[in-house]
Amino acid sequence: MIKLIVSRLLQLIPVVWVVLTVTFFLSKSIPGGPFSAERQATPEVIQKLNEYYGLDKPLWEQYVHYITRVARFDLGPSYTYQTSSVNEVIARAFPVSFQIGTLAFIIALAVGVTAGVIAAINKNQIWDYLPMSLAMAGICVPTFVMGPILAVYFGLTLKIAPVSGWYGLDYAPLHPMILPAITLGLFYAAYIARLTRGGMLDVLNQDFIRTARAKGVLSRDIIFKHAMRGGLLPVVSFLGPEFAGLISGSFVVEKVFNVPGLGQEFIKSVFNRDYPLILGTVAFFAVLIVVFNLLSDLLQSAMDPRTRK
Amino acid sequence: MLKPIRVLAGYHRVCLGSQESGRSKLMNVRPILYVVCAAALLLVLTAKMNAAGSAGLEEANRRKILLLTEGPEPRTLDPQIAQGVPEHHIIMALMEGLLENDPDDQSKQLPGLADRWEHNDDYSVWNFHLRDNAKWSNGDLVTTEDFIFSYKRMLTVTLAAPYIDALYILKGARDYAEGKIADFNQVGVKALDDRNLRFELIGSTPYFLSALLHTAWYPVHRETILKFGKIDERDTKWTRPGSYVGTGPFILKTWKENDVIELIRNPLYWDATNVKLNGINFYTIENYDTEERAFRAGQLHKTEEVALDKIPYYRREHPELIRIDPYEGVYFYRINVRRKPLDNPKVRLALNLAVDRESIVKNVMRAKQKPATGYTPPGMGDYGPLDVIHYDPERARRLLAEAGYPNGKGFPKFNILMNSNQAHRTIAEAIQQMWKQDLNIDVGIENQEWRVFQDSMNRLHYDVARYGWIADFMDPITFLSMWRTGDGNNNTGWSNPKYDQLLDQSAQTADPQKRLAILRQAEQLWLSEPAGIPIYWYTRCYLLDPSVKNWNALALDNHNYKFIDLEENGTPKLSLAH
Repeated sequence: MIKLIVSRLLQLIPVVWVVLTVTFFLSKSIPGGPFSAERQATPEVIQKLNEYYGLDKPLWEQYVHYITRVARFDLGPSYTYQTSSVNEVIARAFPVSFQIGTLAFIIALAVGVTAGVIAAINKNQIWDYLPMSLAMAGICVPTFVMGPILAVYFGLTLKIAPVSGWYGLDYAPLHPMILPAITLGLFYAAYIARLTRGGMLDVLNQDFIRTARAKGVLSRDIIFKHAMRGGLLPVVSFLGPEFAGLISGSFVVEKVFNVPGLGQEFIKSVFNRDYPLILGTVAFFAVLIVVFNLLSDLLQSAMDPRTRK
Repeated sequence: MLKPIRVLAGYHRVCLGSQESGRSKLMNVRPILYVVCAAALLLVLTAKMNAAGSAGLEEANRRKILLLTEGPEPRTLDPQIAQGVPEHHIIMALMEGLLENDPDDQSKQLPGLADRWEHNDDYSVWNFHLRDNAKWSNGDLVTTEDFIFSYKRMLTVTLAAPYIDALYILKGARDYAEGKIADFNQVGVKALDDRNLRFELIGSTPYFLSALLHTAWYPVHRETILKFGKIDERDTKWTRPGSYVGTGPFILKTWKENDVIELIRNPLYWDATNVKLNGINFYTIENYDTEERAFRAGQLHKTEEVALDKIPYYRREHPELIRIDPYEGVYFYRINVRRKPLDNPKVRLALNLAVDRESIVKNVMRAKQKPATGYTPPGMGDYGPLDVIHYDPERARRLLAEAGYPNGKGFPKFNILMNSNQAHRTIAEAIQQMWKQDLNIDVGIENQEWRVFQDSMNRLHYDVARYGWIADFMDPITFLSMWRTGDGNNNTGWSNPKYDQLLDQSAQTADPQKRLAILRQAEQLWLSEPAGIPIYWYTRCYLLDPSVKNWNALALDNHNYKFIDLEENGTPKLSLAH
């Protein structure tokens, strides 16, 4: 177990290096520079800016410089936030996305697993069709539709949540993270419900379940004790990377509710050609995904004896 | 730890219709539940408390805090490095220059840090006297040395100030910036003593007072700049709350990136008694729909824009909330004159005459924009907009035939390039159709992401490309200088020595009326062989809560925040639920 953890964490280094290298050259190959503006500055000014940020040097030299800097955990200055380093941008934006993502994750899991289990044990009855149609609808309704609906209802009609910003409102009791988290959570809940149903049905058809039934085990115990353990395996393997995705922020949800999370930093950095910020966020996401994949593998091996070594 | 498990267990129980407590039977799903609980715990630990925050419009009115948005997050609050409109608008609350904006008329100025000034006969030498109570927000007296230091910083090319060329009207400024002279004393700005400042300009500049309102001419606090870095060091931390030293009516209290910048009243401001507001919050909101919801929820006093498709609704249902003000800007298409057949002035004129601007304004834009009959928009004092270009399909067809394409026959297909945006596309489609109908020529529409688009424009990799130009100050030169040969914003390849000569001549003409006449002649010339297609003159369309007082229609949208007031018991806004 320890060996697995250590080796996976060591794999991080080449993974991040490869991701950074590919992203570095890709980002530099997009046309358009970071310093163009509606009113073009003089060529001398553009040149000085390039010199200031080292963009006048040959590409390989910029690359070596960047990689050595990353090795010291310094992700460089941001061009967009002129008084912040990329480390600072991530440090202030990640907690926002983390809070929203975690709450969304809890919502997704609670709603999704419940709906999936109910559907599985009521296979081909109304209590299967109903939650599954809702789940299908949930997958089909994009977050940029769900978000504004929630914002209008809870923010404008009920006036219990802010519709924009990461600051509290005296008259609105709900924290600004609630609506974004529900928007994201419901979307993922739909996936989880379908996965849970599929996994549960697979297990419920297996011999050991039939044996258990024949032995007269309570139906509830079959579901909770025997079936869910195996039935949730596909969900767990889905959850690792999804959790990483959730806490790294969603551009759309962050724009709709105007919260200062990491998802929009990533997208905007590309639009702004803010190379250090592009690379910094990509590297950060790579680390998150590796770590949460590892966690989900560990969880899976704890739940499924077949994957244990 | 146990409580959430119970809750979840109960949840399943209810759903499954069971009556028994099943905690002991949940052993096998425990790992998941543990993860969920751990996550919830982490969430609680990292959740920040609701900050004091906003309390809605009525409370904001009572406390006299104006809630605004400038759209995107400002990149910097350093007046000398700032480039975009949001930056300028926020800096105008934090800083003041020699003069300040008039609250009613953008072509007038009020005394700012300077209380009086004079100029010589040909408007090339200006003396300003600093008022004796002009203070920095840390209590230091504002002196002429601060201005000398600031202009030296601005003209130090390693600072890479985007508006460095705004200062090139100072004698010797360009040479200093380009390293041709090393001694800053040779640049045309002198401290006669610690209250009197003299500017020597390269030519006759009757619009100098208007130019001085731009943030590029604001002073910065020498000691603060040098405390945080060298004179030419960008991006130092002097612009952070607690460090920022300004001259304006407000000071920087907090800056939460992508969320809010809070300003509070500056008690040391020379005119502090006349400042009506206690603070201004600038929220970062990039999405128009979110902005509109925030306005309807009472989180904003004013929006930055109104989405195109919502303009008719607000004009019809809530005329008391929507404001449409003239805005000193022109929406136009650039034409790449290096490409055939667009190198032929007749073709370019024909394309101009076959655009029905009235129809675009009335049917597409719908916010009282004016059809552009010239390039420079109205509102520039005595200059007056030129009334030259009108929809004339007959003449357009004739010109096209003269150019060798009767009824559009043999006319090569070209593309209208634009940055990805629905409004731009709608206009382009309308024009595409007009050209097809009136000239029988086929054009394509191509959109590119903003930075790629700008790159294409700078490299002249386009046929026709949409653009917009907003005045920096109230003089036609702010529009006309871009068409000079080789100007960084020309980007069409168009060049006419006669045009350059007229612009030079205008700079040597002392008489303001004669000067405007020369500029008019230059614009006339440009319109006779246009390197572009002016389409409409801008308006600014936004939502404004009726509790905001003195928010006047201003052609440059540069508001002097010290005159803005909030009515405490303002008319409560109508319910805006659709």
